[in-house]
Amino acid sequence: MDIPAFSQHEQALRFRALRNQVLSSNIANADTPNFKARDLDFADALKGARQESISLTKTSDLHKQAWGTSQEGARTLYRVPTQPTLDGNTVEMDVEQAAFAENALQYRASLAFLDGKIRSLRYALKGGD
Amino acid sequence: MSLFKVFDVAGSAMNAQSVRMNVTASNLANAGNVSGDPDKVYRAKQPVFSTFSTSLADQTGVQGVRLEGIVESAAPIQMRYQPDHPEANADGNVYATNVSTVEEMVNMMSASRSYKNNVEMINTTKDLLLQTLSLGR
Repeated sequence: MDIPAFSQHEQALRFRALRNQVLSSNIANADTPNFKARDLDFADALKGARQESISLTKTSDLHKQAWGTSQEGARTLYRVPTQPTLDGNTVEMDVEQAAFAENALQYRASLAFLDGKIRSLRYALKGGD
Repeated sequence: MSLFKVFDVAGSAMNAQSVRMNVTASNLANAGNVSGDPDKVYRAKQPVFSTFSTSLADQTGVQGVRLEGIVESAAPIQMRYQPDHPEANADGNVYATNVSTVEEMVNMMSASRSYKNNVEMINTTKDLLLQTLSLGR
Protein backbone atom coordinates (compact mmCIF):
# COMPACT_ATOMS: atom_id res chain seq x y z
CA MET A 1 0.00 0.00 0.00
CA ASP A 2 1.39 3.37 -0.97
CA ILE A 3 0.66 5.83 1.79
CA PRO A 4 0.74 9.40 0.41
CA ALA A 5 1.34 10.83 3.86
CA PHE A 6 4.70 9.05 3.94
CA SER A 7 6.04 9.97 0.52
CA GLN A 8 6.70 13.65 1.14
CA HIS A 9 8.60 12.97 4.34
CA GLU A 10 10.50 10.19 2.64
CA GLN A 11 11.58 12.59 -0.09
CA ALA A 12 12.52 15.18 2.51
CA LEU A 13 14.61 12.59 4.38
CA ARG A 14 16.42 11.64 1.18
CA PHE A 15 17.20 15.26 0.44
CA ARG A 16 18.46 15.83 3.99
CA ALA A 17 20.62 12.71 3.82
CA LEU A 18 22.15 13.91 0.57
CA ARG A 19 22.76 17.40 1.93
CA ASN A 20 24.36 15.83 5.01
CA GLN A 21 26.82 14.10 2.68
CA VAL A 22 27.66 17.23 0.71
CA LEU A 23 28.18 19.28 3.89
CA SER A 24 30.30 16.54 5.46
CA SER A 25 32.46 16.57 2.35
CA ASN A 26 32.93 20.32 2.83
CA ILE A 27 33.94 19.95 6.47
CA ALA A 28 36.25 17.02 5.70
CA ASN A 29 38.04 19.06 3.03
CA ALA A 30 38.46 22.18 5.18
CA ASP A 31 42.26 21.94 4.78
CA THR A 32 42.45 20.72 1.18
CA PRO A 33 43.95 23.31 -1.19
CA ASN A 34 41.72 24.44 -4.08
CA PHE A 35 38.67 22.61 -2.74
CA LYS A 36 35.44 24.47 -3.52
CA ALA A 37 32.63 24.15 -0.98
CA ARG A 38 29.24 23.07 -2.34
CA ASP A 39 25.68 22.94 -1.14
CA LEU A 40 22.25 21.85 -2.25
CA ASP A 41 19.37 24.21 -2.85
CA PHE A 42 16.10 23.24 -1.21
CA ALA A 43 13.97 25.17 -3.74
CA ASP A 44 15.59 23.14 -6.53
CA ALA A 45 14.88 19.90 -4.74
CA LEU A 46 11.27 20.97 -4.31
CA LYS A 47 11.01 21.71 -8.03
CA GLY A 48 12.60 18.36 -8.78
CA ALA A 49 10.12 16.63 -6.53
CA ARG A 50 7.31 18.31 -8.46
CA GLN A 51 9.09 17.34 -11.73
CA GLU A 52 9.26 20.87 -12.95
CA SER A 53 13.01 21.00 -13.23
CA ILE A 54 14.41 22.32 -16.48
CA SER A 55 17.57 20.97 -18.08
CA LEU A 56 19.75 21.59 -21.12
CA THR A 57 18.87 19.80 -24.34
CA LYS A 58 21.52 17.20 -25.11
CA THR A 59 22.16 16.22 -28.73
CA SER A 60 24.98 13.84 -27.90
CA ASP A 61 25.74 11.43 -25.09
CA LEU A 62 29.08 13.16 -24.64
CA HIS A 63 27.38 16.37 -23.57
CA LYS A 64 27.39 17.04 -19.89
CA GLN A 65 24.76 18.70 -17.78
CA ALA A 66 25.62 22.20 -16.65
CA TRP A 67 25.43 21.00 -13.07
CA GLY A 68 25.53 17.79 -11.09
CA THR A 69 22.02 16.50 -10.53
CA SER A 70 21.10 14.07 -7.82
CA GLN A 71 18.32 11.57 -8.14
CA GLU A 72 16.19 13.99 -6.13
CA GLY A 73 16.65 16.67 -8.81
CA ALA A 74 18.63 18.93 -6.48
CA ARG A 75 21.61 20.72 -7.95
CA THR A 76 24.92 20.92 -6.13
CA LEU A 77 25.99 24.54 -6.42
CA TYR A 78 29.27 26.15 -5.42
CA ARG A 79 29.21 28.35 -2.38
CA VAL A 80 30.27 32.00 -2.74
CA PRO A 81 32.89 32.64 -0.05
CA THR A 82 32.80 35.83 2.00
CA GLN A 83 36.51 35.58 2.77
CA PRO A 84 38.56 33.90 0.02
CA THR A 85 41.71 32.13 1.19
CA LEU A 86 45.19 32.08 -0.30
CA ASP A 87 45.15 28.35 -1.06
CA GLY A 88 41.95 28.53 -3.12
CA ASN A 89 39.86 26.70 -0.53
CA THR A 90 36.35 28.17 -0.11
CA VAL A 91 35.27 26.21 2.98
CA GLU A 92 34.19 28.54 5.78
CA MET A 93 34.04 26.35 8.83
CA ASP A 94 31.45 28.29 10.84
CA VAL A 95 29.07 28.49 7.87
CA GLU A 96 29.46 24.77 7.21
CA GLN A 97 28.99 23.80 10.83
CA ALA A 98 25.85 25.93 11.12
CA ALA A 99 24.47 24.40 7.91
CA PHE A 100 25.37 20.90 9.11
CA ALA A 101 23.62 21.42 12.46
CA GLU A 102 20.57 22.93 10.74
CA ASN A 103 20.39 20.04 8.32
CA ALA A 104 20.69 17.44 11.08
CA LEU A 105 17.87 19.14 12.96
CA GLN A 106 15.67 19.18 9.86
CA TYR A 107 16.42 15.50 9.31
CA ARG A 108 15.30 14.82 12.87
CA ALA A 109 12.15 16.90 12.27
CA SER A 110 11.28 14.79 9.23
CA LEU A 111 11.88 11.67 11.30
CA ALA A 112 9.58 12.99 14.02
CA PHE A 113 6.82 13.72 11.49
CA LEU A 114 7.15 10.23 10.04
CA ASP A 115 7.14 8.73 13.51
CA GLY A 116 3.92 10.61 14.32
CA LYS A 117 2.27 9.34 11.14
CA ILE A 118 3.28 5.77 11.93
CA ARG A 119 1.99 6.08 15.49
CA SER A 120 -1.37 7.45 14.43
CA LEU A 121 -1.75 4.76 11.77
CA ARG A 122 -0.93 2.09 14.31
CA TYR A 123 -3.39 3.66 16.74
CA ALA A 124 -6.09 3.52 14.05
CA LEU A 125 -5.26 -0.11 13.18
CA LYS A 126 -5.37 -1.25 16.79
CA GLY A 127 -8.43 0.83 17.60
CA GLY A 128 -6.81 2.32 20.67
CA ASP A 129 -3.75 1.72 22.82
CA MET B 1 21.53 4.26 2.58
CA SER B 2 23.48 7.28 1.46
CA LEU B 3 24.25 8.54 4.97
CA PHE B 4 26.85 5.79 5.32
CA LYS B 5 29.12 7.60 2.87
CA VAL B 6 29.69 10.27 5.53
CA PHE B 7 31.70 7.72 7.51
CA ASP B 8 34.03 7.17 4.54
CA VAL B 9 34.44 10.88 3.91
CA ALA B 10 35.00 11.81 7.57
CA GLY B 11 37.25 8.76 8.03
CA SER B 12 39.48 9.78 5.15
CA ALA B 13 39.71 13.30 6.58
CA MET B 14 40.59 11.95 10.04
CA ASN B 15 43.28 9.77 8.50
CA ALA B 16 44.75 12.76 6.66
CA GLN B 17 44.65 14.92 9.79
CA SER B 18 46.32 12.25 11.90
CA VAL B 19 49.14 11.98 9.36
CA ARG B 20 49.45 15.78 9.63
CA MET B 21 49.70 15.42 13.43
CA ASN B 22 52.40 12.76 13.07
CA VAL B 23 54.40 14.93 10.69
CA THR B 24 54.06 17.87 13.07
CA ALA B 25 55.25 15.70 15.96
CA SER B 26 58.27 14.65 13.91
CA ASN B 27 59.02 18.28 13.04
CA LEU B 28 58.70 19.47 16.64
CA ALA B 29 60.84 16.60 17.93
CA ASN B 30 63.59 17.59 15.49
CA ALA B 31 63.23 21.34 16.03
CA GLY B 32 66.64 21.57 17.72
CA ASN B 33 68.47 19.43 15.19
CA VAL B 34 71.87 20.66 13.98
CA SER B 35 74.38 19.07 11.63
CA GLY B 36 77.81 19.87 10.23
CA ASP B 37 76.58 18.96 6.73
CA PRO B 38 73.83 21.15 5.20
CA ASP B 39 72.55 18.17 3.15
CA LYS B 40 72.10 15.96 6.21
CA VAL B 41 70.26 18.40 8.46
CA TYR B 42 66.55 17.68 9.16
CA ARG B 43 64.14 19.67 6.96
CA ALA B 44 60.58 20.44 8.03
CA LYS B 45 58.06 18.10 6.38
CA GLN B 46 54.52 19.00 5.32
CA PRO B 47 51.71 16.74 4.12
CA VAL B 48 49.84 17.67 0.92
CA PHE B 49 46.10 17.01 0.76
CA SER B 50 43.90 16.55 -2.27
CA THR B 51 40.36 15.33 -2.89
CA PHE B 52 39.08 12.05 -4.26
CA SER B 53 35.63 10.94 -5.29
CA THR B 54 34.28 7.73 -3.84
CA SER B 55 32.79 6.92 -7.26
CA LEU B 56 33.30 8.52 -10.65
CA ALA B 57 29.60 8.40 -11.47
CA ASP B 58 28.85 10.51 -8.42
CA GLN B 59 27.95 13.98 -9.66
CA THR B 60 26.88 15.37 -6.32
CA GLY B 61 30.43 16.35 -5.42
CA VAL B 62 30.85 14.23 -2.29
CA GLN B 63 34.60 13.97 -1.94
CA GLY B 64 36.95 12.55 0.63
CA VAL B 65 40.48 13.62 1.48
CA ARG B 66 43.51 11.89 0.02
CA LEU B 67 47.11 12.29 1.13
CA GLU B 68 49.06 13.25 -2.01
CA GLY B 69 52.40 12.92 -0.28
CA ILE B 70 54.78 14.58 2.11
CA VAL B 71 57.02 17.38 0.89
CA GLU B 72 60.11 18.84 2.53
CA SER B 73 60.15 22.54 3.27
CA ALA B 74 62.31 24.66 0.96
CA ALA B 75 62.88 27.29 3.65
CA PRO B 76 66.57 28.24 3.97
CA ILE B 77 68.80 26.33 6.39
CA GLN B 78 70.46 28.53 8.98
CA MET B 79 74.21 28.49 9.36
CA ARG B 80 75.77 29.25 12.74
CA TYR B 81 79.42 29.75 13.62
CA GLN B 82 79.95 27.51 16.63
CA PRO B 83 83.41 25.94 16.56
CA ASP B 84 83.03 24.28 19.98
CA HIS B 85 80.04 22.23 18.81
CA PRO B 86 80.84 18.50 18.34
CA GLU B 87 79.03 18.49 14.97
CA ALA B 88 80.86 21.57 13.65
CA ASN B 89 82.60 21.19 10.28
CA ALA B 90 86.18 22.17 9.39
CA ASP B 91 85.22 25.86 9.17
CA GLY B 92 83.56 25.75 12.61
CA ASN B 93 80.02 26.06 11.24
CA VAL B 94 76.90 24.08 12.13
CA TYR B 95 73.65 24.04 10.16
CA ALA B 96 70.34 24.29 12.04
CA THR B 97 67.07 22.76 10.81
CA ASN B 98 64.45 24.97 9.12
CA VAL B 99 61.62 23.80 11.41
CA SER B 100 59.61 26.76 12.68
CA THR B 101 58.19 25.85 16.10
CA VAL B 102 55.51 28.55 15.95
CA GLU B 103 54.29 27.31 12.57
CA GLU B 104 54.26 23.74 13.82
CA MET B 105 52.25 24.62 16.94
CA VAL B 106 49.67 26.38 14.75
CA ASN B 107 49.63 23.38 12.44
CA MET B 108 49.04 21.05 15.37
CA MET B 109 46.12 23.12 16.67
CA SER B 110 44.58 23.34 13.23
CA ALA B 111 44.91 19.58 12.72
CA SER B 112 43.38 18.74 16.09
CA ARG B 113 40.44 21.12 15.48
CA SER B 114 39.79 19.60 12.08
CA TYR B 115 40.03 16.09 13.54
CA LYS B 116 37.49 16.98 16.24
CA ASN B 117 35.14 18.46 13.64
CA ASN B 118 35.16 15.17 11.78
CA VAL B 119 34.52 13.18 14.96
CA GLU B 120 31.51 15.42 15.68
CA MET B 121 30.26 14.89 12.16
CA ILE B 122 30.44 11.11 12.55
CA ASN B 123 28.65 11.30 15.91
CA THR B 124 25.81 13.43 14.52
CA THR B 125 25.38 11.19 11.49
CA LYS B 126 25.47 8.10 13.69
CA ASP B 127 22.69 9.58 15.85
CA LEU B 128 20.62 10.31 12.74
CA LEU B 129 21.07 6.76 11.48
CA LEU B 130 20.20 5.22 14.85
CA GLN B 131 17.10 7.39 15.04
CA THR B 132 16.11 6.30 11.55
CA LEU B 133 16.51 2.67 12.57
CA SER B 134 14.20 3.09 15.54
CA LEU B 135 11.50 4.73 13.42
CA GLY B 136 7.98 3.62 14.36
CA ARG B 137 8.90 1.85 17.59
